[in-house]
Amino acid sequence: MLASIASVFQVTAWKNGAALIMSARTFTDFTTRATFEIKKCDLFLLDEGPATQVVLTRDEGLQYYRTMQVMRRMELKADQLYKQKMIRGFCHLYDGQEACAVGLEASINLSDHLITAYRVHGYTYTRGGTVKEIMAELTGRRGGIAKGKGGSMHMYCKTFYGGNGIIGAQVPLGAGVALACNYLGNNELCVCLYGDGAANQGQIFETYNMAALWKLPVIFVCENNRYAMGTSVERAAASTDYYKRGEFIPGLRVDGMDVLCVREATRFAADHCRSGKGPILMELQTYRYHGHSMSDPGLSYRTREEIREVRSKSDPIAMLKDHMLSHNMASVEELKGIDVEVRKEIEDAAQFATTDPEPPLEELCNHIFYNEPPFEVRGTNLWTKLKSLS
Amino acid sequence: MAAAARLFLRGANSKLSIAPGSLGTTLLKLSPNCSSRTKTQRRHAAHFTFQPDPVPSQYGPTQKMNLFQSITSALDNTLASDPTAVIFGEDVAFGGVFRCTVGLRDKYGKDRVFNTPLCEQGIVGFGIGVAVAGATAIAEIQFADYIFPAFDQIVNEAAKYRYRSGNMFDCGNLTIRAPWGCVGHGSLYHSQSPEAFFAHCPGLKVVIPRSPIQAKGLLLSCIADKNPCIFFEPKILYRAAVEQVPEDPYTIPLSQAEVLQEGSDVTLVAWGTQIHVLKEVASMAQEKLGVSCEVIDLQTILPWDIETVCKSVVKTGRLLISHEAPVTGGFASEISSTVQVRLKWPVSHPPHSHVFTLCTDDVNCWCIH
Repeated sequence: MLASIASVFQVTAWKNGAALIMSARTFTDFTTRATFEIKKCDLFLLDEGPATQVVLTRDEGLQYYRTMQVMRRMELKADQLYKQKMIRGFCHLYDGQEACAVGLEASINLSDHLITAYRVHGYTYTRGGTVKEIMAELTGRRGGIAKGKGGSMHMYCKTFYGGNGIIGAQVPLGAGVALACNYLGNNELCVCLYGDGAANQGQIFETYNMAALWKLPVIFVCENNRYAMGTSVERAAASTDYYKRGEFIPGLRVDGMDVLCVREATRFAADHCRSGKGPILMELQTYRYHGHSMSDPGLSYRTREEIREVRSKSDPIAMLKDHMLSHNMASVEELKGIDVEVRKEIEDAAQFATTDPEPPLEELCNHIFYNEPPFEVRGTNLWTKLKSLS
Repeated sequence: MAAAARLFLRGANSKLSIAPGSLGTTLLKLSPNCSSRTKTQRRHAAHFTFQPDPVPSQYGPTQKMNLFQSITSALDNTLASDPTAVIFGEDVAFGGVFRCTVGLRDKYGKDRVFNTPLCEQGIVGFGIGVAVAGATAIAEIQFADYIFPAFDQIVNEAAKYRYRSGNMFDCGNLTIRAPWGCVGHGSLYHSQSPEAFFAHCPGLKVVIPRSPIQAKGLLLSCIADKNPCIFFEPKILYRAAVEQVPEDPYTIPLSQAEVLQEGSDVTLVAWGTQIHVLKEVASMAQEKLGVSCEVIDLQTILPWDIETVCKSVVKTGRLLISHEAPVTGGFASEISSTVQVRLKWPVSHPPHSHVFTLCTDDVNCWCIH
């Protein structure tokens, strides 16, 4: 907040004892809160849905903008590093879907729980990871959030359970976390995410049943970005109304490109769960600009025009910027200032990620088991022995 | 020389009087960039050189193909000759993520080559049904690492169908194909070699080819075989392995291990990619140590060719098995214990068994001593 106030005032160096204040706009010029009309959600098994008139404060707006911009720039940097072969293996980028992560986080607490699949860089950031840790994990260095042993798909935070490579496998896990919340009576909930491709996995339906039967406080979120790798939703699903797939679980279909829509829907869903009504399903209609992963150019199953159209009409960051500028909640310079800061933060993080040393060989085999006395593990040949410490 | 290995030294029949320790150290010195004293470990990227087989002359005209092209050729032959054959799996319609089914949908129609949604358990369960009803079902699991949701269907349904119905029904028409093995950057979920899990299940056949010529012949055998078969394709060889492969269909018999190279001092057994590692090892051993190695490609993991391996070990007296999967419970343990039991080493000379186990370069594979 102070940074945003400070950026409004640009003070040149003291000259002849007098300071020149360059910027004419002062903090008090901006609107502190404005009401926006958002798209109505499609409802399933619900009589009423989230509010369509929402209030956004200036601070919130700047925070969402900054967070989304960090996520965007971080993903673009990861793209760059991958092409430079500083990041190897698999890398699934989240740019285009920022509104989902930011909107979700805005309406839950950090003490609530979240689990998702493998497109995790954004969620790791919103759940408390730093950009440095995330990028160092991508490059596999010891400063990484999983000590350099997890990589792109395996990032975790205190209430963020990853970071899961096997599609659909994280959903029953999420229900289990929600059961624990119920059991411990801590009024927390679990947000359990999966994609449109995963929505056809059997274990998800098993989870719907368990969650509804035991009234677990779980928000199922289907991030529908229209393509499961290269398969469009029409070619994969008998019913593309993913918010109705819960059958006996109430559902919402939300515009996942508008951070305010996502925030409001999550607020509604969180209230639903916390009031003991059981699970709820949200389908976030979103879009990813990159291909499925860095080895997918993303153009063989969709056209450049489509990507361009989404980018020009529904880009989450552009939409928020538009909201804020049109309602006089921020200035162009201020937002540019945030962009510059964010760019620097990402550069610093990338610098760290490329210069931090790799984890030491001694740690390669640690954490296989828990709390066992140290045992020996063979290395890649007969005569190298590594120790596994728990 | 990175491989998971079990090395038996049979003292009584030992033609070489090298004690295991010095053999080990000698071999160690030969291993590039390796020192027993230094703790640093150089990065052994998945190193091997694919060694092509000679051009086969008995199957008709040949064409240069890599592994995925030889698979496509086998599938093409099958769809052409068998009107009931269908191929399905995730993303197979456009050609598959490894291009094994390129062109087949255009050639044979979308009712014969089609995509399934993302549901491995569903794919195999559905495949079993298709097979039981009489069609030739070729199911693709996108990576062997993802086969586990389908494990129940394979082990409990497919493998036991014939037995529990008293031979009234069977799903012998089912073949499951999956990319298998380490590729260098696959990490936990794109590198696994799960053959040992399935080896524990009677009623199934598990087959792993080492090269394009083998792949086409073995895949066609699996499809023709009246038992449910799992065909693992070494993904690292998809592009790297290039050979002259016959265009016409041909079969290579299952459950027959192939002796690739005769030798007298030690028997080396492997399957898939490791064959190429062992062939290299065999020539290094001959050159540097004067050790004559007999190299055997097991090809079929279940049911495996016990006779060929035992016959070889009787001749050489030593057995080394190499595979990518974790050592504990890996298929090498089955081979070594069976050989030991079969050869009934005399009580007066118990096997001087030094079980040397090595881990491959695959990051996830660790051996517990």
